[in-house]
Amino acid sequence: MTIALYRIDDRLIHGQVVVGWGQPLNLGFIVLVDDAVRDSPWEQDLYRMGVPPHIEVAFASVAEAARGLPQWEADSRTGILLAGDIATLAALGANSHQIKRINVGGIHHRTGRRERLRYVYLTDAEAAQLRELAARGIEITAQDVPTARPVPVAEFT
Amino acid sequence: MSEPLRGVIVSHSAVAQALRVAVAAITGLDDALVPVSNDGCDSGALTTRLAEAIAGRPAVLFVDLPGGSCLTTSIRLARGKTDVAVVTGVNLAMLLDFVFHRDLSPAEAARRAAEAGGKAIRTPAA
Repeated sequence: MTIALYRIDDRLIHGQVVVGWGQPLNLGFIVLVDDAVRDSPWEQDLYRMGVPPHIEVAFASVAEAARGLPQWEADSRTGILLAGDIATLAALGANSHQIKRINVGGIHHRTGRRERLRYVYLTDAEAAQLRELAARGIEITAQDVPTARPVPVAEFT
Repeated sequence: MSEPLRGVIVSHSAVAQALRVAVAAITGLDDALVPVSNDGCDSGALTTRLAEAIAGRPAVLFVDLPGGSCLTTSIRLARGKTDVAVVTGVNLAMLLDFVFHRDLSPAEAARRAAEAGGKAIRTPAA
């Protein structure tokens, strides 16, 4: 198997990831890419609380994730790589040619953002950033849960 | 007499609101619980909603799941505070216990409520 999902979700590890995607994928591991969480054992414990023991959780900085991608891609289990914002996956994508698809799973309301989908709010700059990633050949769709329709980037940016 | 505890139910979708309504229907007490949904929230927005619901009062936060954004946000907010306690796996039985024991400390009310909620989970023979 491999990393089945490269997901942008500002809630990071939560029910949709662990249960919604985790069950049908028979998830074996989660890689959470976030520099702040990587530096905080307390935050890591907090995120581990929501994950059943049979799913391994790895915490990585962007730099560590760029180095670790080949190993995770070659893992015999199925994994999800999570980032809380577009910039993190864009930075990771810039350092690796392994990211072919990005799932936008949840980017919520904040000042300056406007609603694109029920679970996706973007500033114009963020929408442009997603279009730029798509122009580099990365397939980008929005999809909060597996049963929802994957929405192509052109439809929500 | 000190101020009675506030109960804040923190949930996905409309679970919190439904539980608050059910408690009011059963007990007639409609001012003990405040519902907070994580609908449409990132962690920052949910923190704001929670802080507004607590409103600086001593409180117990009743969270639906033992993991996820409702819990992580609640624990971050309660961290280091002795006047805010957190319970997970909220159910109606624990809330019914809580609303009649709001004169306890947050930690003691949370312990009682968790015990009452746990005792309500059974598999009776049909």
